[in-house]
Amino acid sequence: MSPRRRREAGGERPTVPAAEFASYYGRPVLKPPVWRSLDIAGYFFLGGLAGASSALAAGASWTGRPVLARNAQVAAVGAVGLSTAALVHDLGRPARFGNMLRVAKPTSPMSVGSWLLAAYGPLAGAAALSTLTGRLPRLGRAAGTAAAVLGPAVAAYTAVLIADTAVPAWHEAHRELPFLFAGSAAAAAGGLGLLTVPPAESGPARLLSLAGAATELTAATLIRRRLGLVARPYRAGRGGRLLRAAEGLTLAATAAAAAAPRRRLPSALAGVALLTGSALTRFGVFHAGVDSARDPVYTVRPQRERLRARRRAERPASAPGG
Amino acid sequence: MSDPAADTGYADPPPRMGFFTDTSVCIGCKACEVACKEWNAIPEDGMELTGMSYDNTAGLGASTWRHVAFVERRGPVPAGPGGEGGEPSPQGAATPGREEGELRWLMASDVCKHCTHAACLDVCPTGALFRTEFGTVVVQEDVCNGCGYCIPACPYGVIDQRRGDGRAWKCTLCYDRISTGLEPACAKACPTESIQYGPVEELRERAASRLAALQEAGVRQARLYGADPDDGVGGAGAFFLLLDEPEVYGLPPDPVVTTRDLPSMWRHAAVAAAGLLGAAVLACLTGRRR
Repeated sequence: MSPRRRREAGGERPTVPAAEFASYYGRPVLKPPVWRSLDIAGYFFLGGLAGASSALAAGASWTGRPVLARNAQVAAVGAVGLSTAALVHDLGRPARFGNMLRVAKPTSPMSVGSWLLAAYGPLAGAAALSTLTGRLPRLGRAAGTAAAVLGPAVAAYTAVLIADTAVPAWHEAHRELPFLFAGSAAAAAGGLGLLTVPPAESGPARLLSLAGAATELTAATLIRRRLGLVARPYRAGRGGRLLRAAEGLTLAATAAAAAAPRRRLPSALAGVALLTGSALTRFGVFHAGVDSARDPVYTVRPQRERLRARRRAERPASAPGG
Repeated sequence: MSDPAADTGYADPPPRMGFFTDTSVCIGCKACEVACKEWNAIPEDGMELTGMSYDNTAGLGASTWRHVAFVERRGPVPAGPGGEGGEPSPQGAATPGREEGELRWLMASDVCKHCTHAACLDVCPTGALFRTEFGTVVVQEDVCNGCGYCIPACPYGVIDQRRGDGRAWKCTLCYDRISTGLEPACAKACPTESIQYGPVEELRERAASRLAALQEAGVRQARLYGADPDDGVGGAGAFFLLLDEPEVYGLPPDPVVTTRDLPSMWRHAAVAAAGLLGAAVLACLTGRRR
């Protein structure tokens, strides 16, 4: 950890003065999400793991790494299957899950995601089935390639899903969250490879996890830097604690993976740490958002400042004060 | 001015209908809350005492489609919107009886804003939320699967999930009543015409002249909220005349429809996804082989 990062994590910079603000008896302006964290943050993690694993599997099968390809394909199917179950479980009316494909709406990231999953899930399944049974290898390869193209979209769209809300900590981070999620997904898929594949074939998994971890840590740092007051839920509270734990695990894992690339045990431990770190990242982001929706200060103050800035811009500087 | 019903594709829609809620004449009788519950057969939603002045409803929700806020304000009367010193003081810090100034008792009946650009409608994945021919936003209860996406999308915190039912509910602007030429139950029941129902265009004119009359009479703190078609939601179909800053009533001071930034979000996600695919392929091409 560089000194600059430590300062960032330790002392909160007074980017916004802790001034007073008005609210209606301290009640939130927004309605916090009703999503269950285990279902939805869990889905973000599993969807990312699945999507990035499909991309890794395709690359591995093209470059003659059958064990890595097979394990990543199986992981993708398992993760996307669990994901779908979590999503259906979280619905207020689970029996109506079919309504998700009733319309196709580009303005709704959840609609886009439902269609993505509907296409990606069967492709990932076909690819894994073909590999495991050895049947229809050409079709299996085609399905694997298609899953590799759709997988990263499955991993990244969930960032848009939460950013496209009025929740301050999510919406204000809409530029960084896709990179945070894609990076976290790469770290998870790489971690699974390190855990389940012998060192002879795990080179790509290690590289992918390193690239993913670097992207994830950079995006998280940018969020905390750029968001001013709204970055507070990413530093403090449940979200802040989870994200700090995630970053610690990810950093330790990358150090282990980079230091002992050819040894099984350190690699496997690094894999476990990467997977856990990726999951904690999604839970941390989830809780940071919920916390920012529950406290009216994160809704009122930034909007008030935006209004004031707009009025200042509208009023000529020379005009006498009202 | 854009007409949301025409923009949605209705060939020859009736005029856009909405509410003008003039809080300067609200007496806090809660007839709107009761009429809304009665007409729409909304279940009971808790019988707690909140300690928030006369407000024991607390806020809009799945089973509260009209909510009367009661605000007890002490201290100097705030300047008008945009005036210097317009920053509202925190009300939670007020200690009754120990502060200077006369008590001002503000009452306001809140409701779904039926936005021109409605985030709840944009993000609904099933099409359960739809735009009516009157330009209002309504949930189809036989389609909603309770995904909950509309809830954090609403910049006003209006729509919510009903526990035990699982679906999302909110004000329909009495779609059933207005379809047959009746006015919504809350407006019908309001004894002071604080809640006025009518074509939005006409209501905006009425609101502007009411604001002018109040300003003339020296009520400098009066301001319209949600009436501007150029605001972050394209103007609300249900807008208000307030006597203090919006956040004092629990309303966001500068709401923006979240989908305004959606194209930028998709662009960032596309770059991130392409980067992930590229990284996976590159890792395989450069990773050490046996």
